[in-house]
Amino acid sequence: MKCEECQERPATLHLTKVVNENKTEIHVCERCAKEKGYISHDEYAYSIHDLLSGLFNFDSSFSKEHKHSQEENGALICPKCGMTYHQFTQLGKFGCSSCYYTFADNLNPIFRRVHSGNTTHDGKIPKRRGTDLKQKRLIQGYKEELQQLIQTEAFEEAAKMRDKIKDLEKKQWDTEEYKDGGDE
Amino acid sequence: MSLQPFINEAISPWMKEEGPDNDIVMSTRIRLARNFEQYPFPIIAKEQELAPVVSLMKNNYHEQSFDKYQDLQFIGMEELRPVEKRVLVEKHLISPQLAEKAKNSGVLISENEQVSVMINEEDHIRMQLYFPGLQLENALTQAFLFDDWLEEKIDYAFEETRGYLTSCPTNVGTGMRASVMMHLPALTLTQKMSKMIPAINQLGLVVRGIYGEGSEAVGNIVQISNQVTLGRSELDIIEDLQSVVEKLIEQERHARLLLVEQSELRLEDRVFRSYGILKYSRILESKEAATCLSDLRLGIDVGYINNISKTILNELMILTQPGFLQQNAKETLTASERDIRRASIIRERLNSEN
Repeated sequence: MKCEECQERPATLHLTKVVNENKTEIHVCERCAKEKGYISHDEYAYSIHDLLSGLFNFDSSFSKEHKHSQEENGALICPKCGMTYHQFTQLGKFGCSSCYYTFADNLNPIFRRVHSGNTTHDGKIPKRRGTDLKQKRLIQGYKEELQQLIQTEAFEEAAKMRDKIKDLEKKQWDTEEYKDGGDE
Repeated sequence: MSLQPFINEAISPWMKEEGPDNDIVMSTRIRLARNFEQYPFPIIAKEQELAPVVSLMKNNYHEQSFDKYQDLQFIGMEELRPVEKRVLVEKHLISPQLAEKAKNSGVLISENEQVSVMINEEDHIRMQLYFPGLQLENALTQAFLFDDWLEEKIDYAFEETRGYLTSCPTNVGTGMRASVMMHLPALTLTQKMSKMIPAINQLGLVVRGIYGEGSEAVGNIVQISNQVTLGRSELDIIEDLQSVVEKLIEQERHARLLLVEQSELRLEDRVFRSYGILKYSRILESKEAATCLSDLRLGIDVGYINNISKTILNELMILTQPGFLQQNAKETLTASERDIRRASIIRERLNSEN
């Protein structure tokens, strides 16, 4: 197949252009594609941030039709660092760790795009603080079990569970106190 | 110890060790991005919020040692002259983004230059560990230990479902970028490399040229790294990277064999022509130098040349970068002055070999 533009060189790029849901196919050679602006001259001039802000914009126009309107999202503001959702989409960067909580409802589609469909961490947990985290998770689990035991009126087991939780919480309290003391 | 060795020596001490598969893999790097929970990220933080990050890092880790990473030195970006920053960038000890900063940012570098910890770049902390040759698994183990050591005194921004929280959404989760720097002259010469890149991309990995501008791989040196940081464990990520790198090594070795067998004298001729240019030319532009150095290294690897050390490529690639040339000359040089100096440094270095 020859290039549609120059009719000389072979068409090496086959692109699909979608404008207002109308699909057109384009077959061109690399040089014409560059001249016509179908592909960028220097691929790396198109940075990851250009890509990202494109994703964000798509995301906000998408969610406009859904539960959040763009204005509502734009008005979201991080209480800790003052970054607005609008700023976040422009910059493509979070302002602080709290932004992750503030914009939580809008993040899954973004993460899915950037990380091949993934939204949940499955890796290292901080060694020192992670032990607290694991402990908290354990206590939370026991508390849920306790509620169930109470509902099923298994009071004897519930009492045991309650003591177990107390012990764990006491231990956690002790280590936290120890840690505070150790810092001084 | 001071700043001097970091900017006066082209080759970092760790580069002199021979790593696994070092006929093709130049180095392995693990980078972990971490942030302080209590302060806003550098992109938005005010001066009074960035200063405590720097002072905490300096107070706790300057002149400290962990395992074989001895005597970490803190260097503030504001203390450095532009040419010194440039040298640190060329040695990959700091990123170009960090070099652009001045106040309230800096780097901790270990004596053997294997570890550097960038402070207040895009994230509060970006630690990177380098290893010679291909050793991803070892690198990851070491990086985790170093990370745990830093974490003893820092409350990291971490959340159970999102993992390590970073300024850019592209780093969230593990905060890890694992990369392998490879010299792939035969795959490039036979034009197989460009065909393999799309397949590699599909696995969530990225191929980049690291010297030169834009996408072209000057000196046939590419860096392969992971793109995805969320939803996969660090170990899974490096296993993918490892298998792709192993495949590339296999293909490159095969292509080299074929080249040697089939090109008759042409490959040998090319290698020795390049050797001649490096050894005798008086003006050497950086791209030409890189191409010739790549040929020379290939010539050493396939056995045409025996009397030159293998680290020559790593060393001269850094030594002939603009920042290093000017640091060496102790003055600012124009592009054409640099070409002259580059030629003379390479001549000197090659003549010292035999």
